[in-house]
Amino acid sequence: MSDQKKVNRRDFIYTASTVVGVVGVGAAAWPLIDQMNPDASVKALATTEVDVSLVKPGQSITVLWRGKPVFIKRRTENEIAEAKAVSLTELKHPEKDEDRASNPEWLVMLGVCTHLGCVPLADKGDYDGWFCPCHGSHYDTSGRIRKGPAPTNLEIPKYEFVNSNTIKIG
Amino acid sequence: MSEHNYQPKSKFGKWFNDRLPLLTLANHLTDYPTPKNLNYWWTFGGILTFCLITQIITGLVLAMHYIAHADLAFSSVEHIMRDVNYGWLIRYIHANGASMFFLAVYIHIFRSLFYGSYKAPREIIWILGIMIYLLMMAAAFMGYVLPWGQMSFWGATVITNLFSAIPLVGESITTWLWGGYSVDNPTLTRFFTLHYLIPFLILGLVVLHIWALHVPGNNNPIGIDIKKPSKDTVSFHPYIVVKDLFALLLFLILFAFFVFYSPNVLGHADNYIEANPLVTPAHIVPEWYLLPFYAILRSIPDKLMGVIAMLSAILILAALPWLDTSKIRSAVFRPLYKQFYWILVLDVLILGYVGAMPAEGLYLLIARIGTAYYFAHFLIILPILGKVEKTLPLPMSISEPILGGSLNAEPARSKEDFQKL
Repeated sequence: MSDQKKVNRRDFIYTASTVVGVVGVGAAAWPLIDQMNPDASVKALATTEVDVSLVKPGQSITVLWRGKPVFIKRRTENEIAEAKAVSLTELKHPEKDEDRASNPEWLVMLGVCTHLGCVPLADKGDYDGWFCPCHGSHYDTSGRIRKGPAPTNLEIPKYEFVNSNTIKIG
Repeated sequence: MSEHNYQPKSKFGKWFNDRLPLLTLANHLTDYPTPKNLNYWWTFGGILTFCLITQIITGLVLAMHYIAHADLAFSSVEHIMRDVNYGWLIRYIHANGASMFFLAVYIHIFRSLFYGSYKAPREIIWILGIMIYLLMMAAAFMGYVLPWGQMSFWGATVITNLFSAIPLVGESITTWLWGGYSVDNPTLTRFFTLHYLIPFLILGLVVLHIWALHVPGNNNPIGIDIKKPSKDTVSFHPYIVVKDLFALLLFLILFAFFVFYSPNVLGHADNYIEANPLVTPAHIVPEWYLLPFYAILRSIPDKLMGVIAMLSAILILAALPWLDTSKIRSAVFRPLYKQFYWILVLDVLILGYVGAMPAEGLYLLIARIGTAYYFAHFLIILPILGKVEKTLPLPMSISEPILGGSLNAEPARSKEDFQKL
Protein backbone atom coordinates (compact mmCIF):
# COMPACT_ATOMS: atom_id res chain seq x y z
CA MET A 1 0.00 0.00 0.00
CA SER A 2 2.77 2.42 0.92
CA ASP A 3 4.58 1.46 -2.32
CA GLN A 4 1.48 2.39 -4.29
CA LYS A 5 1.42 5.83 -2.64
CA LYS A 6 5.06 6.50 -3.50
CA VAL A 7 4.42 5.72 -7.17
CA ASN A 8 1.49 8.13 -7.25
CA ARG A 9 3.58 10.92 -5.74
CA ARG A 10 6.25 10.33 -8.36
CA ASP A 11 3.61 10.30 -11.13
CA PHE A 12 2.38 13.67 -9.92
CA ILE A 13 5.88 15.12 -10.01
CA TYR A 14 6.48 13.77 -13.54
CA THR A 15 3.21 15.19 -14.81
CA ALA A 16 3.68 18.54 -13.09
CA SER A 17 7.23 18.97 -14.39
CA THR A 18 6.15 17.98 -17.91
CA VAL A 19 3.38 20.60 -17.81
CA VAL A 20 5.79 23.28 -16.58
CA GLY A 21 8.21 22.26 -19.34
CA VAL A 22 5.55 22.43 -22.06
CA VAL A 23 4.32 25.84 -20.88
CA GLY A 24 7.90 27.10 -20.73
CA VAL A 25 8.74 25.88 -24.23
CA GLY A 26 5.45 27.32 -25.53
CA ALA A 27 6.18 30.71 -23.97
CA ALA A 28 9.69 30.70 -25.43
CA ALA A 29 8.40 29.65 -28.86
CA TRP A 30 5.74 32.34 -29.16
CA PRO A 31 8.10 35.29 -29.89
CA LEU A 32 9.80 33.11 -32.51
CA ILE A 33 6.45 32.46 -34.17
CA ASP A 34 4.95 35.93 -33.78
CA GLN A 35 8.00 37.68 -35.29
CA MET A 36 6.74 36.44 -38.65
CA ASN A 37 3.47 38.39 -38.38
CA PRO A 38 3.22 41.86 -40.02
CA ASP A 39 5.59 44.25 -38.25
CA ALA A 40 4.94 47.83 -37.12
CA SER A 41 6.26 49.36 -40.36
CA VAL A 42 3.96 47.18 -42.46
CA LYS A 43 0.94 48.00 -40.29
CA ALA A 44 1.77 51.73 -40.48
CA LEU A 45 0.91 51.77 -44.20
CA ALA A 46 -2.68 50.81 -43.50
CA THR A 47 -4.48 53.75 -45.21
CA THR A 48 -4.19 55.34 -48.65
CA GLU A 49 -5.94 58.45 -50.03
CA VAL A 50 -6.76 58.54 -53.73
CA ASP A 51 -7.80 61.50 -55.93
CA VAL A 52 -10.48 60.24 -58.31
CA SER A 53 -11.46 63.56 -59.94
CA LEU A 54 -10.02 62.55 -63.33
CA VAL A 55 -11.80 59.19 -63.57
CA LYS A 56 -14.58 59.33 -66.18
CA PRO A 57 -17.61 57.00 -66.32
CA GLY A 58 -16.56 53.61 -67.65
CA GLN A 59 -12.96 54.13 -66.55
CA SER A 60 -11.18 52.33 -63.80
CA ILE A 61 -7.97 52.99 -61.91
CA THR A 62 -5.83 50.62 -59.88
CA VAL A 63 -4.03 51.79 -56.76
CA LEU A 64 -1.78 49.95 -54.35
CA TRP A 65 -3.01 49.56 -50.77
CA ARG A 66 -1.10 47.40 -48.26
CA GLY A 67 0.78 45.84 -51.18
CA LYS A 68 -2.44 44.81 -52.90
CA PRO A 69 -4.13 46.36 -55.94
CA VAL A 70 -7.46 48.11 -55.35
CA PHE A 71 -9.78 48.66 -58.31
CA ILE A 72 -11.69 51.95 -58.30
CA LYS A 73 -14.24 51.71 -61.07
CA ARG A 74 -16.62 54.51 -62.09
CA ARG A 75 -19.45 52.46 -63.56
CA THR A 76 -21.67 53.41 -66.46
CA GLU A 77 -25.47 53.37 -66.24
CA ASN A 78 -25.53 50.10 -68.20
CA GLU A 79 -23.10 48.40 -65.89
CA ILE A 80 -25.04 49.49 -62.80
CA ALA A 81 -28.30 48.30 -64.36
CA GLU A 82 -26.72 44.96 -65.27
CA ALA A 83 -25.42 44.47 -61.73
CA LYS A 84 -28.79 45.35 -60.19
CA ALA A 85 -30.75 43.11 -62.55
CA VAL A 86 -29.10 39.90 -61.29
CA SER A 87 -31.29 37.82 -59.02
CA LEU A 88 -29.60 36.73 -55.77
CA THR A 89 -30.50 33.10 -56.39
CA GLU A 90 -28.13 33.03 -59.38
CA LEU A 91 -25.16 33.94 -57.19
CA LYS A 92 -22.63 31.62 -55.59
CA HIS A 93 -21.97 34.25 -52.91
CA PRO A 94 -25.23 36.24 -52.74
CA GLU A 95 -24.71 39.95 -52.13
CA LYS A 96 -26.86 42.83 -53.35
CA ASP A 97 -25.15 45.39 -55.57
CA GLU A 98 -26.36 48.14 -53.18
CA ASP A 99 -24.45 46.51 -50.36
CA ARG A 100 -21.26 46.37 -52.41
CA ALA A 101 -21.39 49.90 -53.82
CA SER A 102 -23.14 52.36 -51.48
CA ASN A 103 -22.68 55.01 -54.17
CA PRO A 104 -23.63 52.89 -57.22
CA GLU A 105 -21.42 54.94 -59.53
CA TRP A 106 -18.26 53.97 -57.64
CA LEU A 107 -17.22 50.37 -57.15
CA VAL A 108 -14.17 50.09 -54.87
CA MET A 109 -12.83 46.59 -54.31
CA LEU A 110 -9.63 44.61 -53.87
CA GLY A 111 -8.20 43.51 -57.20
CA VAL A 112 -7.28 40.18 -55.71
CA CYS A 113 -8.98 37.04 -56.95
CA THR A 114 -10.49 35.23 -53.95
CA HIS A 115 -9.28 31.92 -55.36
CA LEU A 116 -5.49 32.15 -55.18
CA GLY A 117 -4.73 35.84 -55.23
CA CYS A 118 -4.06 36.79 -58.87
CA VAL A 119 -5.11 40.17 -60.26
CA PRO A 120 -8.24 39.79 -62.45
CA LEU A 121 -8.34 41.54 -65.83
CA ALA A 122 -10.96 44.28 -66.36
CA ASP A 123 -13.69 44.17 -69.04
CA LYS A 124 -13.21 40.49 -69.67
CA GLY A 125 -15.04 37.27 -69.00
CA ASP A 126 -18.60 36.08 -69.59
CA TYR A 127 -20.25 38.67 -67.31
CA ASP A 128 -18.75 41.96 -68.60
CA GLY A 129 -16.81 42.40 -65.36
CA TRP A 130 -13.49 40.85 -64.50
CA PHE A 131 -11.77 37.62 -65.46
CA CYS A 132 -8.93 35.98 -63.57
CA PRO A 133 -6.37 34.58 -66.02
CA CYS A 134 -4.85 32.17 -63.51
CA HIS A 135 -7.63 29.68 -62.95
CA GLY A 136 -10.55 31.07 -64.92
CA SER A 137 -12.86 32.83 -62.42
CA HIS A 138 -15.47 35.18 -63.95
CA TYR A 139 -16.77 38.20 -61.99
CA ASP A 140 -19.72 40.44 -62.95
CA THR A 141 -19.97 44.25 -63.06
CA SER A 142 -20.39 44.24 -59.30
CA GLY A 143 -17.27 42.10 -58.77
CA ARG A 144 -19.35 39.09 -57.74
CA ILE A 145 -18.15 35.58 -58.54
CA ARG A 146 -20.29 34.00 -61.26
CA LYS A 147 -18.26 31.14 -62.67
CA GLY A 148 -14.98 29.38 -61.81
CA PRO A 149 -13.17 28.16 -58.70
CA ALA A 150 -13.14 31.37 -56.60
CA PRO A 151 -15.30 30.87 -53.48
CA THR A 152 -16.39 34.47 -52.77
CA ASN A 153 -16.97 37.85 -54.39
CA LEU A 154 -14.07 40.30 -54.77
CA GLU A 155 -13.54 41.80 -51.34
CA ILE A 156 -14.73 45.34 -50.58
CA PRO A 157 -12.14 47.11 -48.39
CA LYS A 158 -13.08 49.68 -45.77
CA TYR A 159 -13.20 53.04 -47.56
CA GLU A 160 -14.92 56.42 -47.42
CA PHE A 161 -15.29 59.55 -49.54
CA VAL A 162 -13.30 62.24 -47.70
CA ASN A 163 -14.79 64.75 -50.17
CA SER A 164 -16.39 64.32 -53.59
CA ASN A 165 -12.99 63.84 -55.26
CA THR A 166 -11.04 61.82 -52.71
CA ILE A 167 -11.44 58.27 -51.49
CA LYS A 168 -9.66 57.10 -48.35
CA ILE A 169 -9.02 53.37 -48.34
CA GLY A 170 -8.37 51.53 -45.07
CA MET B 1 27.93 -8.82 -41.72
CA SER B 2 31.65 -8.40 -41.57
CA GLU B 3 31.92 -4.93 -40.03
CA HIS B 4 31.32 -6.16 -36.50
CA ASN B 5 34.72 -7.79 -36.36
CA TYR B 6 36.49 -5.32 -38.64
CA GLN B 7 39.96 -4.38 -37.43
CA PRO B 8 41.98 -1.59 -39.08
CA LYS B 9 45.40 -2.75 -40.22
CA SER B 10 47.54 0.18 -39.06
CA LYS B 11 48.25 0.85 -35.41
CA PHE B 12 47.01 4.44 -35.66
CA GLY B 13 43.89 3.26 -37.47
CA LYS B 14 43.16 0.84 -34.67
CA TRP B 15 43.79 3.53 -32.02
CA PHE B 16 41.48 5.97 -33.82
CA ASN B 17 38.79 3.42 -34.63
CA ASP B 18 38.55 2.36 -31.00
CA ARG B 19 37.71 5.95 -30.13
CA LEU B 20 35.52 6.87 -33.13
CA PRO B 21 34.61 3.91 -35.38
CA LEU B 22 34.67 5.88 -38.64
CA LEU B 23 36.82 3.21 -40.29
CA THR B 24 34.26 0.58 -39.35
CA LEU B 25 31.62 2.72 -41.07
CA ALA B 26 33.82 3.14 -44.16
CA ASN B 27 34.41 -0.62 -44.21
CA HIS B 28 30.67 -1.28 -43.94
CA LEU B 29 29.95 1.08 -46.85
CA THR B 30 32.68 -0.51 -48.98
CA ASP B 31 31.78 -4.14 -48.33
CA TYR B 32 28.00 -3.57 -48.18
CA PRO B 33 26.55 -6.62 -49.97
CA THR B 34 24.41 -5.60 -52.93
CA PRO B 35 22.19 -7.81 -55.13
CA LYS B 36 24.19 -8.64 -58.22
CA ASN B 37 21.24 -8.13 -60.59
CA LEU B 38 20.67 -4.41 -59.91
CA ASN B 39 19.95 -2.68 -63.23
CA TYR B 40 20.56 0.93 -64.27
CA TRP B 41 17.31 2.11 -62.66
CA TRP B 42 19.12 1.51 -59.36
CA THR B 43 21.81 4.09 -60.14
CA PHE B 44 19.56 7.06 -59.41
CA GLY B 45 20.22 7.01 -55.66
CA GLY B 46 23.84 7.92 -56.38
CA ILE B 47 22.79 10.43 -59.02
CA LEU B 48 20.43 12.09 -56.52
CA THR B 49 23.21 12.36 -53.93
CA PHE B 50 25.31 14.06 -56.59
CA CYS B 51 22.41 16.45 -57.38
CA LEU B 52 21.97 17.40 -53.71
CA ILE B 53 25.66 18.14 -53.24
CA THR B 54 25.76 20.13 -56.49
CA GLN B 55 22.79 22.24 -55.37
CA ILE B 56 24.37 22.88 -51.96
CA ILE B 57 27.74 23.94 -53.41
CA THR B 58 26.36 26.13 -56.21
CA GLY B 59 23.76 27.56 -53.83
CA LEU B 60 26.43 28.48 -51.32
CA VAL B 61 28.31 30.39 -54.03
CA LEU B 62 25.15 32.15 -55.30
CA ALA B 63 24.30 33.24 -51.74
CA MET B 64 27.62 35.12 -51.63
CA HIS B 65 26.39 37.42 -54.43
CA TYR B 66 22.61 37.41 -54.10
CA ILE B 67 20.79 40.12 -52.13
CA ALA B 68 17.53 39.10 -50.50
CA HIS B 69 15.61 42.38 -50.77
CA ALA B 70 12.55 43.18 -52.85
CA ASP B 71 14.28 46.22 -54.41
CA LEU B 72 17.62 44.53 -55.09
CA ALA B 73 17.00 40.82 -55.63
CA PHE B 74 16.16 41.06 -59.34
CA SER B 75 19.19 43.21 -60.18
CA SER B 76 21.50 41.14 -57.98
CA VAL B 77 20.57 38.06 -60.04
CA GLU B 78 21.39 39.99 -63.23
CA HIS B 79 24.63 41.06 -61.52
CA ILE B 80 25.44 37.37 -60.96
CA MET B 81 24.66 36.64 -64.62
CA ARG B 82 26.68 39.51 -66.11
CA ASP B 83 29.40 40.62 -63.67
CA VAL B 84 30.35 37.79 -61.32
CA ASN B 85 33.13 35.55 -62.67
CA TYR B 86 31.46 32.38 -63.93
CA GLY B 87 28.26 33.61 -62.27
CA TRP B 88 26.24 32.65 -65.36
CA LEU B 89 27.59 29.10 -65.18
CA ILE B 90 26.98 28.65 -61.48
CA ARG B 91 23.46 30.07 -61.66
CA TYR B 92 22.54 27.99 -64.71
CA ILE B 93 23.87 24.85 -63.00
CA HIS B 94 21.81 25.68 -59.90
CA ALA B 95 18.61 26.49 -61.82
CA ASN B 96 18.83 23.53 -64.20
CA GLY B 97 20.18 21.40 -61.36
CA ALA B 98 16.79 21.72 -59.67
CA SER B 99 15.13 20.28 -62.78
CA MET B 100 17.70 17.50 -63.04
CA PHE B 101 17.18 16.74 -59.35
CA PHE B 102 13.45 16.30 -59.93
CA LEU B 103 13.97 14.28 -63.11
CA ALA B 104 16.18 11.89 -61.15
CA VAL B 105 13.81 11.74 -58.18
CA TYR B 106 10.84 10.91 -60.40
CA ILE B 107 12.78 8.06 -62.03
CA HIS B 108 13.84 6.91 -58.55
CA ILE B 109 10.22 7.00 -57.29
CA PHE B 110 8.80 5.21 -60.35
CA ARG B 111 11.55 2.58 -60.06
CA SER B 112 10.31 1.92 -56.52
CA LEU B 113 6.75 1.69 -57.79
CA PHE B 114 7.68 -0.82 -60.50
CA TYR B 115 9.83 -3.09 -58.36
CA GLY B 116 7.77 -2.76 -55.16
CA SER B 117 10.69 -1.32 -53.20
CA TYR B 118 8.26 0.40 -50.80
CA LYS B 119 6.96 -2.91 -49.43
CA ALA B 120 7.90 -4.59 -46.16
CA PRO B 121 10.52 -4.38 -44.75
CA ARG B 122 11.33 -1.10 -46.52
CA GLU B 123 8.34 1.10 -45.53
CA ILE B 124 10.44 3.51 -43.45
CA ILE B 125 12.90 4.03 -46.32
CA TRP B 126 9.93 4.86 -48.53
CA ILE B 127 8.34 7.29 -46.07
CA LEU B 128 11.67 9.05 -45.50
CA GLY B 129 11.88 9.35 -49.28
CA ILE B 130 8.44 10.97 -49.46
CA MET B 131 9.54 13.44 -46.76
CA ILE B 132 12.64 14.25 -48.81
CA TYR B 133 10.44 14.74 -51.88
CA LEU B 134 8.13 17.13 -49.97
CA LEU B 135 11.11 19.15 -48.73
CA MET B 136 12.52 19.20 -52.27
CA MET B 137 9.29 20.74 -53.51
CA ALA B 138 9.36 23.35 -50.72
CA ALA B 139 13.01 24.18 -51.48
CA ALA B 140 12.38 24.39 -55.23
CA PHE B 141 9.33 26.61 -54.78
CA MET B 142 11.13 29.04 -52.45
CA GLY B 143 14.22 29.05 -54.66
CA TYR B 144 12.08 30.01 -57.64
CA VAL B 145 10.79 33.03 -55.69
CA LEU B 146 14.27 34.45 -55.00
CA PRO B 147 15.01 36.04 -58.44
CA TRP B 148 11.90 38.19 -57.80
CA GLY B 149 10.65 38.07 -61.37
CA GLN B 150 7.00 38.03 -62.39
CA MET B 151 6.70 34.23 -62.16
CA SER B 152 8.52 34.29 -58.81
CA PHE B 153 6.10 36.81 -57.38
CA TRP B 154 2.88 35.35 -58.74
CA GLY B 155 3.92 31.77 -58.13
CA ALA B 156 4.57 32.75 -54.51
CA THR B 157 1.19 34.50 -54.36
CA VAL B 158 -0.75 31.53 -55.72
CA ILE B 159 1.02 28.90 -53.59
CA THR B 160 0.85 30.86 -50.33
CA ASN B 161 -2.84 31.56 -51.03
CA LEU B 162 -3.42 27.79 -50.94
CA PHE B 163 -3.25 28.17 -47.16
CA SER B 164 -6.10 30.70 -47.21
CA ALA B 165 -8.39 27.80 -48.14
CA ILE B 166 -8.12 26.48 -44.56
CA PRO B 167 -11.39 27.28 -42.76
CA LEU B 168 -11.36 29.94 -39.99
CA VAL B 169 -7.60 30.41 -39.58
CA GLY B 170 -6.61 30.42 -43.28
CA GLU B 171 -6.36 34.22 -43.62
CA SER B 172 -4.29 34.59 -40.44
CA ILE B 173 -1.93 31.81 -41.52
CA THR B 174 -1.45 33.41 -44.94
CA THR B 175 -0.73 36.82 -43.37
CA TRP B 176 1.71 35.14 -41.00
CA LEU B 177 3.50 33.41 -43.89
CA TRP B 178 3.72 36.69 -45.81
CA GLY B 179 4.68 38.91 -42.86
CA GLY B 180 2.32 41.46 -44.39
CA TYR B 181 -0.88 41.72 -46.39
CA SER B 182 0.64 40.46 -49.62
CA VAL B 183 3.83 38.82 -50.86
CA ASP B 184 6.50 41.44 -50.22
CA ASN B 185 9.97 42.01 -48.81
CA PRO B 186 9.35 40.14 -45.50
CA THR B 187 8.20 37.14 -47.56
CA LEU B 188 11.34 37.26 -49.71
CA THR B 189 13.77 37.38 -46.79
CA ARG B 190 12.15 34.46 -44.95
CA PHE B 191 11.97 32.40 -48.14
CA PHE B 192 15.68 32.98 -48.66
CA THR B 193 16.42 31.83 -45.10
CA LEU B 194 14.31 28.70 -45.49
CA HIS B 195 15.67 27.98 -48.96
CA TYR B 196 19.14 27.96 -47.38
CA LEU B 197 18.03 25.74 -44.49
CA ILE B 198 16.02 23.05 -46.29
CA PRO B 199 18.89 21.41 -48.24
CA PHE B 200 20.59 20.61 -44.94
CA LEU B 201 17.37 19.11 -43.59
CA ILE B 202 17.24 17.03 -46.78
CA LEU B 203 20.84 15.99 -46.22
CA GLY B 204 19.92 14.77 -42.73
CA LEU B 205 16.97 12.82 -44.09
CA VAL B 206 19.18 11.34 -46.82
CA VAL B 207 21.51 9.97 -44.12
CA LEU B 208 18.49 8.35 -42.42
CA HIS B 209 17.19 7.13 -45.81
CA ILE B 210 20.51 5.36 -46.51
CA TRP B 211 20.79 4.11 -42.94
CA ALA B 212 17.30 2.60 -43.19
CA LEU B 213 18.28 1.10 -46.56
CA HIS B 214 21.34 -0.57 -45.08
CA VAL B 215 19.26 -2.46 -42.50
CA PRO B 216 17.36 -4.78 -44.89
CA GLY B 217 19.64 -4.08 -47.87
CA ASN B 218 18.62 -3.24 -51.43
CA ASN B 219 15.54 -4.58 -53.13
CA ASN B 220 16.32 -5.97 -56.60
CA PRO B 221 14.65 -6.36 -60.00
CA ILE B 222 13.12 -9.74 -59.17
CA GLY B 223 12.10 -8.51 -55.74
CA ILE B 224 12.84 -11.67 -53.76
CA ASP B 225 14.57 -11.79 -50.38
CA ILE B 226 18.18 -12.87 -50.71
CA LYS B 227 20.81 -14.02 -48.26
CA LYS B 228 23.52 -11.45 -47.60
CA PRO B 229 26.35 -11.82 -48.26
CA SER B 230 25.99 -14.74 -50.66
CA LYS B 231 26.47 -15.76 -54.28
CA ASP B 232 23.55 -13.44 -55.02
CA THR B 233 25.45 -10.37 -53.84
CA VAL B 234 28.48 -8.35 -54.81
CA SER B 235 30.27 -5.81 -52.65
CA PHE B 236 29.24 -2.16 -53.10
CA HIS B 237 32.81 -1.23 -53.93
CA PRO B 238 33.95 -1.53 -56.66
CA TYR B 239 30.99 -3.08 -58.51
CA ILE B 240 28.17 -0.69 -57.69
CA VAL B 241 30.45 2.32 -57.35
CA VAL B 242 31.73 1.89 -60.91
CA LYS B 243 28.25 1.28 -62.30
CA ASP B 244 26.87 4.34 -60.46
CA LEU B 245 29.72 6.49 -61.75
CA PHE B 246 29.13 5.37 -65.32
CA ALA B 247 25.41 6.16 -65.02
CA LEU B 248 26.31 9.52 -63.48
CA LEU B 249 28.49 10.33 -66.50
CA LEU B 250 25.58 9.66 -68.86
CA PHE B 251 23.31 11.76 -66.66
CA LEU B 252 25.86 14.60 -66.68
CA ILE B 253 25.75 14.68 -70.49
CA LEU B 254 22.05 15.51 -70.30
CA PHE B 255 22.69 17.97 -67.46
CA ALA B 256 25.44 19.70 -69.46
CA PHE B 257 23.20 19.87 -72.53
CA PHE B 258 20.67 21.94 -70.61
CA VAL B 259 23.27 24.12 -68.86
CA PHE B 260 25.26 24.94 -71.99
CA TYR B 261 22.81 24.70 -74.88
CA SER B 262 19.34 25.54 -73.57
CA PRO B 263 19.70 26.93 -70.05
CA ASN B 264 16.34 28.72 -70.11
CA VAL B 265 14.19 26.17 -71.88
CA LEU B 266 12.84 24.76 -68.60
CA GLY B 267 12.10 28.23 -67.17
CA HIS B 268 9.61 30.93 -68.14
CA ALA B 269 10.45 34.09 -70.06
CA ASP B 270 8.15 36.05 -67.72
CA ASN B 271 10.66 35.59 -64.91
CA TYR B 272 13.02 37.98 -66.68
CA ILE B 273 10.46 40.74 -65.98
CA GLU B 274 10.81 42.22 -62.49
CA ALA B 275 8.00 41.43 -60.03
CA ASN B 276 5.00 43.76 -60.34
CA PRO B 277 2.23 43.40 -57.75
CA LEU B 278 -0.27 45.18 -60.04
CA VAL B 279 -0.08 42.88 -63.06
CA THR B 280 -0.53 39.13 -63.14
CA PRO B 281 1.10 37.41 -66.14
CA ALA B 282 -1.53 36.14 -68.58
CA HIS B 283 -0.60 32.52 -68.06
CA ILE B 284 0.85 31.40 -64.73
CA VAL B 285 2.50 28.00 -64.81
CA PRO B 286 4.60 26.36 -62.13
CA GLU B 287 7.87 24.64 -62.96
CA TRP B 288 7.41 21.44 -64.96
CA TYR B 289 8.00 19.13 -62.00
CA LEU B 290 4.95 20.46 -60.14
CA LEU B 291 2.57 20.41 -63.10
CA PRO B 292 0.72 17.11 -62.37
CA PHE B 293 -0.22 18.37 -58.91
CA TYR B 294 -1.15 21.75 -60.33
CA ALA B 295 -3.50 19.99 -62.77
CA ILE B 296 -5.13 18.17 -59.84
CA LEU B 297 -5.55 21.47 -57.96
CA ARG B 298 -7.26 23.11 -60.93
CA SER B 299 -9.43 20.14 -61.82
CA ILE B 300 -11.57 20.60 -58.69
CA PRO B 301 -14.02 23.53 -58.96
CA ASP B 302 -13.99 24.16 -55.19
CA LYS B 303 -11.09 26.04 -53.57
CA LEU B 304 -10.75 24.05 -50.33
CA MET B 305 -11.39 20.69 -52.00
CA GLY B 306 -8.86 21.53 -54.72
CA VAL B 307 -6.16 22.19 -52.13
CA ILE B 308 -7.08 19.03 -50.21
CA ALA B 309 -6.96 16.95 -53.41
CA MET B 310 -3.54 18.33 -54.34
CA LEU B 311 -2.03 17.62 -50.92
CA SER B 312 -3.67 14.18 -50.78
CA ALA B 313 -2.16 13.31 -54.16
CA ILE B 314 1.28 13.60 -52.54
CA LEU B 315 0.48 12.28 -49.07
CA ILE B 316 -1.33 9.22 -50.42
CA LEU B 317 2.11 7.97 -51.49
CA ALA B 318 3.11 7.64 -47.83
CA ALA B 319 0.26 5.14 -47.32
CA LEU B 320 1.26 3.13 -50.38
CA PRO B 321 2.97 0.26 -48.50
CA TRP B 322 -0.40 -0.48 -46.88
CA LEU B 323 -2.62 0.28 -49.88
CA ASP B 324 -0.78 -2.21 -52.07
CA THR B 325 -1.95 -5.53 -50.64
CA SER B 326 0.20 -7.76 -52.86
CA LYS B 327 3.06 -9.59 -51.15
CA ILE B 328 4.93 -9.90 -54.47
CA ARG B 329 7.30 -6.96 -54.87
CA SER B 330 8.47 -6.87 -58.47
CA ALA B 331 6.08 -6.06 -61.33
CA VAL B 332 8.02 -8.64 -63.35
CA PHE B 333 5.90 -11.32 -61.65
CA ARG B 334 2.67 -9.27 -61.57
CA PRO B 335 1.27 -9.25 -65.13
CA LEU B 336 -1.79 -7.12 -64.26
CA TYR B 337 0.01 -4.68 -61.98
CA LYS B 338 2.57 -4.13 -64.73
CA GLN B 339 -0.16 -2.87 -67.04
CA PHE B 340 -1.73 -0.61 -64.38
CA TYR B 341 1.74 0.70 -63.58
CA TRP B 342 2.22 1.92 -67.14
CA ILE B 343 -1.27 3.41 -67.18
CA LEU B 344 -0.33 5.34 -64.03
CA VAL B 345 2.87 6.59 -65.66
CA LEU B 346 0.82 7.74 -68.65
CA ASP B 347 -1.79 9.31 -66.37
CA VAL B 348 0.85 11.37 -64.52
CA LEU B 349 2.40 12.49 -67.82
CA ILE B 350 -1.03 13.53 -69.13
CA LEU B 351 -1.77 15.40 -65.89
CA GLY B 352 1.57 17.16 -66.30
CA TYR B 353 0.64 18.16 -69.85
CA VAL B 354 -2.82 19.52 -69.01
CA GLY B 355 -1.31 21.27 -65.96
CA ALA B 356 0.64 23.44 -68.41
CA MET B 357 -2.45 24.19 -70.53
CA PRO B 358 -5.25 26.68 -69.74
CA ALA B 359 -7.83 25.26 -67.30
CA GLU B 360 -10.82 25.25 -69.63
CA GLY B 361 -12.77 23.13 -72.09
CA LEU B 362 -11.28 19.79 -73.07
CA TYR B 363 -8.14 20.29 -70.94
CA LEU B 364 -10.28 20.62 -67.82
CA LEU B 365 -12.18 17.46 -68.68
CA ILE B 366 -8.96 15.51 -69.25
CA ALA B 367 -7.56 16.85 -65.96
CA ARG B 368 -10.67 15.65 -64.13
CA ILE B 369 -10.50 12.17 -65.62
CA GLY B 370 -6.76 12.04 -64.93
CA THR B 371 -7.26 13.12 -61.30
CA ALA B 372 -10.01 10.56 -60.75
CA TYR B 373 -7.83 7.83 -62.21
CA TYR B 374 -4.81 8.85 -60.12
CA PHE B 375 -6.75 8.39 -56.89
CA ALA B 376 -8.50 5.27 -58.17
CA HIS B 377 -5.12 3.67 -58.86
CA PHE B 378 -4.06 3.97 -55.23
CA LEU B 379 -7.38 3.65 -53.43
CA ILE B 380 -9.24 1.07 -55.53
CA ILE B 381 -7.02 -0.73 -58.04
CA LEU B 382 -4.01 -1.50 -55.81
CA PRO B 383 -5.95 -2.86 -52.78
CA ILE B 384 -8.10 -5.10 -55.01
CA LEU B 385 -5.33 -6.17 -57.35
CA GLY B 386 -3.28 -7.67 -54.53
CA LYS B 387 -6.19 -9.96 -53.69
CA VAL B 388 -7.25 -11.09 -57.16
CA GLU B 389 -4.11 -11.04 -59.30
CA LYS B 390 -2.61 -14.38 -60.36
CA THR B 391 1.12 -13.80 -60.05
CA LEU B 392 3.89 -15.68 -61.83
CA PRO B 393 6.11 -18.14 -59.90
CA LEU B 394 9.09 -16.53 -58.17
CA PRO B 395 12.61 -17.91 -58.74
CA MET B 396 14.40 -19.38 -55.70
CA SER B 397 17.36 -17.04 -56.00
CA ILE B 398 18.84 -14.37 -58.24
CA SER B 399 21.22 -16.96 -59.72
CA GLU B 400 18.44 -19.37 -60.66
CA PRO B 401 17.00 -17.69 -63.78
CA ILE B 402 20.51 -16.93 -65.08
CA LEU B 403 22.25 -20.19 -64.29
CA GLY B 404 19.41 -22.62 -64.96
CA GLY B 405 18.30 -23.40 -61.47
CA SER B 406 21.61 -24.44 -59.97
CA LEU B 407 22.14 -22.89 -56.60
CA ASN B 408 25.70 -24.17 -56.59
CA ALA B 409 26.86 -22.33 -59.67
CA GLU B 410 30.20 -20.57 -59.88
CA PRO B 411 30.28 -17.48 -57.67
CA ALA B 412 30.50 -14.05 -59.25
CA ARG B 413 34.01 -12.80 -59.73
CA SER B 414 35.48 -11.96 -56.36
CA LYS B 415 36.80 -8.59 -55.37
CA GLU B 416 40.37 -9.91 -55.51
CA ASP B 417 39.88 -11.10 -59.10
CA PHE B 418 38.54 -7.69 -60.01
CA GLN B 419 41.59 -5.97 -58.61
CA LYS B 420 43.88 -8.24 -60.66
CA LEU B 421 42.22 -7.17 -63.90
